[in-house]
Amino acid sequence: MDIIRIKNLNAGFPTKRGLVRAATSVDLTIREGECLGLIGESGCGKTVLGMTIMRLLQPNTIISGEIFYKGQNLLALKEEEMRKLRGKELGMILQNSTTSLNPVLSVGDQIAEGIILHEGLRKKEAREKATELLEKVQIKNAAVMSKRYPHEFSGGMRERAMIAIALACSPSFVIADEPTTGLDNRTMKGVISLLAEVAKSKSMLFITHDLAAASEICDTIAVMYAGEIVEWGDVDEVFSAPLHPYTSGLLNSLPERGFIAIPGSSPSLIDLPGGCRFKERCACSEERCARAHPLMKEISSSHKVRCHRYD
Amino acid sequence: MIEITDLKTTFSTGLFKKHTINAVDVVSLHIKKGETLGLVGESGCGKTTLGKTILRLVEPSAGTICFDNQDITRLSMREMRKIRPRMQMIFQDPDSSLNPRMTVAESIAEPLRQAGTKKQEIPKRVEELLTLVGLSLEHLDRHPYELSGGQNQRVVLARVLALEPDFIIADEPTSALDVSVQAQILKLIRDLKDELGLTCLFISHDLMVVRHMSDSIAVMGQGKIVEIGTPDEIFESPSHPYTKDLVSFAKNAVLPYKKESK
Repeated sequence: MDIIRIKNLNAGFPTKRGLVRAATSVDLTIREGECLGLIGESGCGKTVLGMTIMRLLQPNTIISGEIFYKGQNLLALKEEEMRKLRGKELGMILQNSTTSLNPVLSVGDQIAEGIILHEGLRKKEAREKATELLEKVQIKNAAVMSKRYPHEFSGGMRERAMIAIALACSPSFVIADEPTTGLDNRTMKGVISLLAEVAKSKSMLFITHDLAAASEICDTIAVMYAGEIVEWGDVDEVFSAPLHPYTSGLLNSLPERGFIAIPGSSPSLIDLPGGCRFKERCACSEERCARAHPLMKEISSSHKVRCHRYD
Repeated sequence: MIEITDLKTTFSTGLFKKHTINAVDVVSLHIKKGETLGLVGESGCGKTTLGKTILRLVEPSAGTICFDNQDITRLSMREMRKIRPRMQMIFQDPDSSLNPRMTVAESIAEPLRQAGTKKQEIPKRVEELLTLVGLSLEHLDRHPYELSGGQNQRVVLARVLALEPDFIIADEPTSALDVSVQAQILKLIRDLKDELGLTCLFISHDLMVVRHMSDSIAVMGQGKIVEIGTPDEIFESPSHPYTKDLVSFAKNAVLPYKKESK
């Protein structure tokens, strides 16, 4: 069963210089229990996609399309109905734990906040539950630490606290937005194995540009470029036999694959080029790439790509 | 080029400055001219402090720093100023290393002006530097917020190279960037290093990156250098348990899939 089905989703921000088209006709589904990894470089629209699902973007964002969560369209819900789902059914691990946590509330109180709101527990009980959650995300000495403030936590611990907040009301779907950025190898390893544990029992959207982490946690991978999904498929297929030149380019720019950079930079989302959006940087671009915009094509039941080479 | 002997940097904290932390704890290193030494270690092990101490942005509490056969440990700030153009540092986060109110052209011109370059020569030199780091003239009037992280790091690089330094410290120059942009910037640093014959201290927590960039690697843990060797020695036969640990973590973080020939 599909837990999340995104159909023809567009998101844009009106600015003085024009409409920033952060997501263009995104179609994605996440099955119950599946973990989908969303990869792509900064500014390609990954975070916007996550925020659109949670309906956390500023009110002037122009959004069209549909996002179904267990059959109900999230974009059609009233704000108060959405508020009941947020934190309860849909959990989110926000990017950058340093700025996402409230510096003047203790970590325990921040975890308890959602529990009090959604489960109607008293403050004392909620705090006890918060301590249990901190134990669950492997924070040592949880009872003491839950009374501490975010600045007293290390980067890795703050990330664990963020995970605890997202899991507080046992949501069935979790979005993790770059949870490992800025951590060193050892800490990252710990956070990844914790997330892998979480992914076992929940459906998840894992937004990252850490390809190794994605390969460890995810069942399927969607590659985003300039606001579009350009490749989507089973994790092993995407990483071992990438179809889109951008995906191969990303993989080859890893240190262990020889550090071969993709030339150039991604197009501005205000002034998107016609035809294929990747053509300027693509080694295999042809005349038709400038002419026609490639459509998502199904290569096999578990692998889709948006590239003229497969027409 | 660089000779560091028994360097120590101590920070005092607490109300009466009674707690002391040895961020750099008796470190000796040397870097030959034209070589790149990679410095790896986990967050908080003292890598950045060591880098800053070498440039005397942080004062050492003991030991000596020799730069090009000159002891710079006790130089006055005024004397240090004369040497600074020859030793430069690239910081971790490109966005916060640039003045948000200056355009790219102004940012690159600033060090030139400080160094007393003739006014009429500055625009030409700025354009040269811009091309050197792979940006185009259209970027001259942009502000940092209008550029991507990778482009900003190129601007930082242009500023660093403006004074034709002999020695560069790159402190995690790509840890705030994506994989694809990281590869671009690292390639640029390598090419420039070869072209200009720079000596380099490359600081990173990413062992894979350091391996790719360095002639030799020093591993730092808790303020001390625990092991120095060639990249292959460090990777294939690490001797210190801390290095072994780091290497195994780095190897595990690698994408397990084979490269497909396309």
